[in-house]
Amino acid sequence: MILINCPYCGERDQTEFACHGEAHIARPTDTASLTDEQWGDYVFFRTNPKGIHYERWVHVHGCRRWFNAVRHTVQDEILATYEVGAPRPDVGGQQ
Amino acid sequence: MSDEREAPNRLPAGGSIDRDRPLSFTFDGKSYSGYAGDTLASALLANGVVLMGRSFKYHRPRGLIAAGSEEPNALMQLEKGDRTEPNTRATCIELYSGLSATSQNRWPSLSFDIGAVNSLVSRFIPAGFYYKTFMWPASMWLTYEKFIRKAAGLGVSPTAPDPDRYENTHAHCEVLVVGAGPAGIAAAAAAAASGARVLLIDEQNEAGGSLLASATGEQEPVRAWIADAVEQLQSNPDVTILKRTTVTGYFDYNYLTALEKVTDHLPPGSDPVAPRQRFWKIRARQVVIAAGAIERPLVFADNDRPGVMLANAVNTYINRYAVLPGRNIVVFTNNDSAYRTALNAANKGAEVVVVDTRREVDNTLVESLKNAGIKHFPGHAIVSVQGKLAVGAVRIMPLSEDGKTVQGQAWELSCDCIANSGGWTPSVHLFSQSGGKLAYRDGIAAFVPDAATVRSVNPCFSAGACNGTFSTTDCLSEGATAGRAAAIAAGFPGSDVQLPASDPASDDRGQGDIHPLWLVPTVHPVGEGAAKHFHDFQNDVTAADIHLAAREGYLSVEHLKRYTTTGMATDQGKTSNLNALAIMADIRGAQIPEVGTTTFRPPYTPVTLGAIAGQETGELFLQVRQTPMHRWHVEHNAVFEDVGDWKRPRYYPLGVEDMHAAVQRECAAVRDRVGILDASTLGKIDIQGEDAAEFLEMIYTNGWKKLAVGGCRYGLMLNEHGMIFDDGVTSRLGEHHFHMTTTTGGAARVLNWLEEWLQTEWPQMNVYCTSVTEQWAVAAINGPRARELLSTLTDIDLSTEAFPFMTTSEGQVAGVPARIYRISFTGELSYEINVPARYGRYLWDTLIEAGKAFDLCPYGTESMHVLRAEKGFIIVGQDTDGTVTPHDVDMSWIVSDKKDDFLGKRSLSRLDTARDGRPQLVGLLTEDPAFVLPEGAHIVSQVLDKPPMPTIGHVTSSYLSPNLGRSIALALLQNGKNRKGDTVQVQLMDGTVINAQVSSTVFVDEKGERARG
Ligand SMILES: [Zn+2]
Repeated sequence: MILINCPYCGERDQTEFACHGEAHIARPTDTASLTDEQWGDYVFFRTNPKGIHYERWVHVHGCRRWFNAVRHTVQDEILATYEVGAPRPDVGGQQ
Repeated sequence: MSDEREAPNRLPAGGSIDRDRPLSFTFDGKSYSGYAGDTLASALLANGVVLMGRSFKYHRPRGLIAAGSEEPNALMQLEKGDRTEPNTRATCIELYSGLSATSQNRWPSLSFDIGAVNSLVSRFIPAGFYYKTFMWPASMWLTYEKFIRKAAGLGVSPTAPDPDRYENTHAHCEVLVVGAGPAGIAAAAAAAASGARVLLIDEQNEAGGSLLASATGEQEPVRAWIADAVEQLQSNPDVTILKRTTVTGYFDYNYLTALEKVTDHLPPGSDPVAPRQRFWKIRARQVVIAAGAIERPLVFADNDRPGVMLANAVNTYINRYAVLPGRNIVVFTNNDSAYRTALNAANKGAEVVVVDTRREVDNTLVESLKNAGIKHFPGHAIVSVQGKLAVGAVRIMPLSEDGKTVQGQAWELSCDCIANSGGWTPSVHLFSQSGGKLAYRDGIAAFVPDAATVRSVNPCFSAGACNGTFSTTDCLSEGATAGRAAAIAAGFPGSDVQLPASDPASDDRGQGDIHPLWLVPTVHPVGEGAAKHFHDFQNDVTAADIHLAAREGYLSVEHLKRYTTTGMATDQGKTSNLNALAIMADIRGAQIPEVGTTTFRPPYTPVTLGAIAGQETGELFLQVRQTPMHRWHVEHNAVFEDVGDWKRPRYYPLGVEDMHAAVQRECAAVRDRVGILDASTLGKIDIQGEDAAEFLEMIYTNGWKKLAVGGCRYGLMLNEHGMIFDDGVTSRLGEHHFHMTTTTGGAARVLNWLEEWLQTEWPQMNVYCTSVTEQWAVAAINGPRARELLSTLTDIDLSTEAFPFMTTSEGQVAGVPARIYRISFTGELSYEINVPARYGRYLWDTLIEAGKAFDLCPYGTESMHVLRAEKGFIIVGQDTDGTVTPHDVDMSWIVSDKKDDFLGKRSLSRLDTARDGRPQLVGLLTEDPAFVLPEGAHIVSQVLDKPPMPTIGHVTSSYLSPNLGRSIALALLQNGKNRKGDTVQVQLMDGTVINAQVSSTVFVDEKGERARG
């Protein structure tokens, strides 16, 4: 049961949050021009790293704001959290 | 003093029992007497009860081996009826007046057990027996299982609901100290002195830990020291001490759970206020683990006979409970710690002999034995134990130099108790659960926490015996150091602690110079002869089983565990794990660290499910949402159904009506006259902002920019896969203001969905979404006379010209502000009247009263379902299942081809989504109009003798329509669009096949004129 540092509220219990998978996947703009493969890549395919993972989280039972987190998938540790739209933070080269 | 005769093994003085408070209790129906301060185990032992259970597999007679929570044998069925609890450890049950316990796993009685025949045929029940025998055929397992469970089960579960109350609670602290022995007390004192909030938790009913076994009474200096130390801690308001509380799990980010047995030491149900148990969820900045160590047994021939006990347990029974477990005690050891048991027992009048596997023993110990008149056999081992229901004698022989064999002069020693010690195993469970790694320390022959591997998210310190530090003086200083370090790490200045004077450094030998002897040899090689060398008592696993596992290739410790079931019983191998892996190491010719340990998993000791559930049972199990009209529904006999968390009236039976009769009546009333439905539960989201229309264009499949203010429009929401995930009517209240409705169950999901897109993908959009579901109460009146009814209560012009279908209007209804939506989920003339929630019941009552003139009929969700199915309106989640596109449900008309984009649009042209022949929504009319197809029934392409038959679809909705006088159904059918008019076969569970004709999905008023009228 990890603690998560909501960029807006501070440290809160994991039970207040929901994770919504990989972050930094922009929705394609000109969807009509995409091939099935390109669209399928956006809809269906995600990375599944052993190590550093950039994720979308929402403080669903708190401020209800969405934010991004860097989580180490092996240690299940959140290394950083940051606002949507902010660049990926440097987490000290941990892989 | 009780006037009853004193129990035979009770010492005349000493112990921390209260001799002025005798307590009577029963075991297997027989009455006994003990004292306040006893455990069930100590009271039985005082009364000379040695036989306390039967083992799991071989049904061998078993007695106590321990005095604490590590006890594997003395498992009791506590109490009877709805409060009965199986597998409780007699060593952890504090005695109370009227306690009733029964032994387990025996039939018909403890001393004569038919299952013990397993013991005679044990060579046919080796390790892995269950796996091997019951592998095939799988179907026979169901038969075997019943037999095995009955023959080999432990206690029995209660069959009635638990009458006791339980609580969950949360706690936060800077320093959590686990264990209130000398190390824990010192750690808590040091941390508290720095100003940190400290939580000190201990399993026992009083602080002191290992000191309680060496203390001999209230007047003794050690007890006085404990009392002073505890008083000093309690005087600090930042220190909380929890007794009778076991830390059961260590989870990430220093989240620990603990089970507090609040009133288990009192007669059941006798405390009117306190819960039975409390489950703690603790978040600690820093943790000091001072969990102590557990003595492990020596693995010698027939070491499971009742009367064979751990040496320190014997000492505990003598000192703490004033019980002398035997008159003739053989102490059998490979280390120094058992010598204090020998000296103490002799001092209390027992005849004692010490058999030590070591040839060289510290001279001061040898001298002290001599002074106490205790016979000493260094370099010897017990090679056999006589006595079945109780120990009668042992045979000892000299050990060879390497400890692998015995040879030479044998001695037979009669005895009624064997106090044995194979050394001490630090309780590294919590440290291991925290993710820290263990290191093997040769000097103490055990694993200890490797401080270098503490995980950064689980900062903790280990101190005292759980860290391999056994002498009391060292435990005190190590505890103080750890407590100070924890406080500093938590951000407090370190400060020096002043422990009470005359500290209890009475047991400073620890285990001395231990010489491990993991398997004590006998005259036969292991596995031959009748004797058994047990290492895991509760699961009946022997050294021979480890040899068998090794022969069959189960060499890794994880395989060994599962193959032999070592460490898998309710005690989780507290006394057995190290012995098992050391024996395996010996077989493999490997070092113990190479074999490694199995994973320690929570809980440390069993946790009652009731405690985990806490208060969240019965009515508090799930929150209930009720509409403002709820009481009216209750008063009018509504039968409710759960929709999400809401209670919705399903139907309103009159007199003796069943659901079928009520629904038929309600549905007819809506089509013939007028009905009223409580629609307050529908999800409602207020959407405002200058980009609101633009936003809805992306969210829904159809167009929204051109919707006039005051207009209503039905919309479908798709996910990016192009699949329907919610629907509802959204109305434009202003240029930049919309009122969205969602399905009752989907309201939260839809709001999250809207927020997700606004916050993560389109933050530039100026749109605000607010849930208003509970702000509006909604009464929907449906039927040809709806307008007449409503006109009696409002001045709003209800004419179709002024207020056409699919528009909304604002005004007063029954004198309260209202917004009316002229939309219809029944296909009838319909008005959904929304009023602020506080007027909901008033509006409802007023409509019911005014409706009398129109024979207004309240109807529930079941009739709503029938009525909408008659119109072919889908219910998302019933007629769709996450694999259904708008085209699949014949709603291509709602998918805009003018818009460049909306969520899910691109997926609709994917190869698979766009192909012909997908499952598509159709109507079904059975050949027999009276037959109602079961929902979920499969439509098959080929009729066979028996199921399974190849399936081409399934029934999603099915009802008897009162307005058509026949059954109707909706179904998803492959290529359904092109099958209208075809006859298909629907297979029932019993293999019967029903013919049905594929039809349109709209059964009533196909042109939709009634709603517009
Ligand atoms: Zn927040």
